[in-house]
Parts: sequence; C-alpha cells; structure tokens
Amino acid sequence: MTVLVLLDHADDGTLRPSAGELVALAARVSDEAPEGVWVGAAPLPGSGPAGLARVHRVAVAHDEHLAQTVTDALSAVLDATGAAVLLLDSTFENKDVAARLGVARGAGVVTDADALALVDGTVVAGKTVLAGTWTTRVEVVAPLAVVLVKSGSSDAADLAGEAPQVVEHTAAEAPGAGRVEVVERVERAATGRPDLASAAVVVVGGRGTDGDFGPLEELADVLGAAIGATRVATDEGWIAREAQVGQTGVTVAPRLYVGAGVSGAVHHRGGMQSAGTIVAVNSDPDAPIFEIADFGVVGDLFQVLPQASAELRRLRG
Amino acid sequence: MKVTLPAVRIVVAVKHVPDIQAERTLRDDGRLARDGGDGTLNEVDENAVEAALQLAEAAGGAEVVALTMGPDDAVDAARRALQMGADSAVHVLDEAAAGSDALGTAHVLAAAVRRVAADGVPVDLVVTGMAATDGLTSLVPAALAAELALPALTLASQVSLDGDRVTVRRELDHAVETLRAPLPALVSVSDSANEARYPNFAGIMAARKKPVTVWSLADLGVDPSEVGAGGARTRVLAAAPRPARTDRVLVTDTGDAGVQLAAYLVERKLV
Repeated sequence: MTVLVLLDHADDGTLRPSAGELVALAARVSDEAPEGVWVGAAPLPGSGPAGLARVHRVAVAHDEHLAQTVTDALSAVLDATGAAVLLLDSTFENKDVAARLGVARGAGVVTDADALALVDGTVVAGKTVLAGTWTTRVEVVAPLAVVLVKSGSSDAADLAGEAPQVVEHTAAEAPGAGRVEVVERVERAATGRPDLASAAVVVVGGRGTDGDFGPLEELADVLGAAIGATRVATDEGWIAREAQVGQTGVTVAPRLYVGAGVSGAVHHRGGMQSAGTIVAVNSDPDAPIFEIADFGVVGDLFQVLPQASAELRRLRG
Repeated sequence: MKVTLPAVRIVVAVKHVPDIQAERTLRDDGRLARDGGDGTLNEVDENAVEAALQLAEAAGGAEVVALTMGPDDAVDAARRALQMGADSAVHVLDEAAAGSDALGTAHVLAAAVRRVAADGVPVDLVVTGMAATDGLTSLVPAALAAELALPALTLASQVSLDGDRVTVRRELDHAVETLRAPLPALVSVSDSANEARYPNFAGIMAARKKPVTVWSLADLGVDPSEVGAGGARTRVLAAAPRPARTDRVLVTDTGDAGVQLAAYLVERKLV
C-alpha cells in the first residue's frame, strides 16, 4: 500500500526533522517503500531524503506556503499515484491543508495522531484527547486517509543516503474566487535548540520565572532541551509567542518535561500532559502541576535549577 | 447593484463545549459526553466574537450574526455572543447532526452561512476561533472556507478590514506572516487576537430581545446521511482514560532539592 508523506522544509530546502519521522513511520506501517511529496521550488536535499521509493516534486503557480497551494499540489500527486494514505506533520498549517483535502476529496482526517497502523488496508490511528487525559484509537472509513502525525511520535529515519527518483508534477490551478496573498513572510532564524514540538526534552517557564529565563536556559543547555513557556509568560512578552505550550499553542509530548514556575493551568496541561516524565519546580505547594508531576520540588526555581544544572554537569564529569 | 446597508455583514461561528475545568469523559461510542450541564462558550470563540464586533464597529453599522450548531444547550453559546453584542443568532438544531466529525460540522455550518446570505444581505466575512477545546482538531475553519469557496486567513493574531480587503498577521512555528484576501473571506483568530469583552448588564438584558432562529438540516437542505455519526469519515474504535501516574515523588527544598532532581534524572536515565 503506497503511503505518501509531505516533506515539510524550510525555504532553503532544509528538511524539517518531522519529515524524517514521517518517512520512518510510513516505512514501518506499509510493506511498500513510502513516497515523498515536495511542494515548490526549493532545492531538494542533495543526499536524500533516503528511504523513499520516489519523490514527487510539484511545481506550483502560487505562493507555496498557502494551504490552498499545498492542497492543489497534493491533489495532483494523489491523482497521479492513486495513493490512499497521506501523512502530514501535525502543524496548524497542515491542518488547514488536511481540512481542504477533506472537503475537496472526501478524505477522512485524523489530527494529532501519535500512533499509526494499517489493519487489513484500513488506517487506524492512535491519539490522546481531552488534554491528554484519554487515549483513543480512531479508524478512517473514507477511501482516502489523511493523518496528521504529532512530531516526536516516532524515531526519525536516517535521511542521509541515496537520492530517490524524482517525478515532476504541475499542480492544476484551482478555480479561485478570492485568493489569499502573502503580503509578508519572515522565516524565523534557527535558535540552536531543538524544535519545541518535537524535542525529546522540554524546559518550560511560567509566571514564577518573573521574566528571568536564565536558569532555564542553563538547564536546557545541559539537557539539550527546547525552551517553552506558559501563556502568561508569552503574554507578558518575556518570550516569543511561538514558545507557548498549551491547547492553543504548541502541543509537546517529550520524554522529559521540566516546568519551572509553571502553575499547571488546564490550558497548559492540555499541551503537555502526554509527556513521558513530568518534573515540576514551583514555590507554591498548591500548584495544580504537582497533581500530575512525577517528580515535584516545592522550592525556589532560582535555587533549584542552577543546583540541578551544576550537579548534572558534575555527574557527567 | 450590491446592497450597501449594513456596510458589512459578519457571521461568527461559536461552539458550546464542556468546561475544560470540569471532568470531561468519552462515552462508550467514543463521543464526548455533552450532557454534563457545565458547558460554556468555547474560549477562543470569545476572541472570535470580539474580533467580529470590533470589525463591525470599525466598519460602522455592520451586522454580526452568531451561528452555532449542537443540542439544546448549544444555544447558550449563541446567547453569550448576543450578550457580548452580536445582533442576532442562528442555532442549527437537529438530532441527525449529532456525532458529526469536523468535516460534517463544516458542511452544516456552510449550509447555514449560505442560508443566512440567501435570507437577505450577502455575508462578507465569516469569523471563527482557531480551535475548540473539546475536539481540538482546528479543521473546521479551513473546511468551512473550502465548503464556501472562500479564501481563508487562519490563526490570526491581528485582523483588520480595509475597504473590501481583510488583512491578518499570524505567528506560526517557523515563520511570521501577513496575509491579505478580498472579501468575502473567512478568518480564524487565535487567543492572542484581542481581549474579549465581558457582557455588561445592559448587554445581558438586550440579548433577551434579540432573535434566535432555529434551523433543522431540512431547513438548510443538508442530506442527513452526509453528516452526523453516520456520515463521519472517522470512527472511534476504543477510548480509555489514561492511567494515573504512579510512583510519584514530591520533595520540599531544604537546600539540596536540585541535587535530588539531578539524581532522579540520572537514575531514570532521562539525561
């Protein structure tokens, strides 16, 4: 069964880490090698991506960042291949694409999947719902399944390797009423830290940091972690909005979550409750985050975090 | 010639959801229990209503129609929008729509928007929240736009109307964008778009006199087999509460909690 994977990439052609995860996942669930979809004019990575039988490169007439453009491109490849399963990274941009495919092609869509299986040709996805408090298994009953997979759900394929065969396509232009125009788009510079959504370790700061993320940065350096924040911290302008972890921000499911000065409001818990191990440091013993913490410290984060960082460095020699 | 009064007509879609502070459960069929009695207007939809009202105020004399779909209780979401300042409300109420997935929901809402437009003045703008806290799929805004063949500007953290064009700013994981589209269009807003107003006493009193129109699927010309649980393209096979975390540790810092934390991480092979 052919599984298509949308290969998300930066404007310079650098693959997003999630692309490797999706390729690995697709290879595991199907007995056929997965096929990639590359939208737009950015150069394909020279040494890969490996593990793909083919890459479908689609030339598009409009801005390749628009959901409508990506939808038209994927439609062209779906028409050409007849594939019945399409995997996308579960980002907000891709959710718009999936929704459009749902309407345009009658696809069944599962968002935020953390597991995937093909059972007798039927797609079955796992996902946690209700702020991470319930786990479900969902079956797609439409001929086309579009599954948005949460990054970090799967180990990444090694993307270095022989370049696959490239098949060229041109997207048919959907008849447009009004079209969206990109007035300005500024890609964020790399932070030198892992992607928040897919990082194995995440250190999150909340109100208790009072705007000083220094001890969190230090611990994140030691742990190789991404830095996140609560809505209070982003609303205060202490850190950029894209760092917000929660129901309306980034959903994280890291192996290790460290919350410092985070109270654990339900909003925030909805974006992190699926973490493997939850560590919380907060001076308020009644903070709700202690209800879900595997290791909780009632104490001053400005004492506890630097001490933990120093001890970890010492233990590692 | 286009009718020009009111200047702009905005439909804002709102959803009644179980309170996220309350205990939420799934039923045996995998559907959300919506009968807990502690439902509320979906939080980000307050920002959607606020955005619609602000745009209407800026346009001078625009009309705002709140649209909701769901069982009897769902009208509370529309009422809240009326209390905040929306002019009228539509409630799509039909047993056959229960259990719709996001795409079925968008299909019904699209039919309702078309019906609102058919009843009089064209709809210039559809506004929604970026997600509902129950299903949290974020699929409905783009699906609704696709159903209506409207350009979609999603996840807006700022939104403005300029004549017959709408412009938004949005902050994504990897980029910040400014997008623009001609009207009619759909905009979904994030919770950073604005601070939603709280209904005042006068607003609450005025809302009692505002009209709430109830439509069934038949009123909208929607084939019941295409929506509801039967029309859903995904089916929940199994649902279970996540097991509680066990083996938990809580320490109060007496000077060495950082060292204890480091030891815990090393012992659990987390570093």
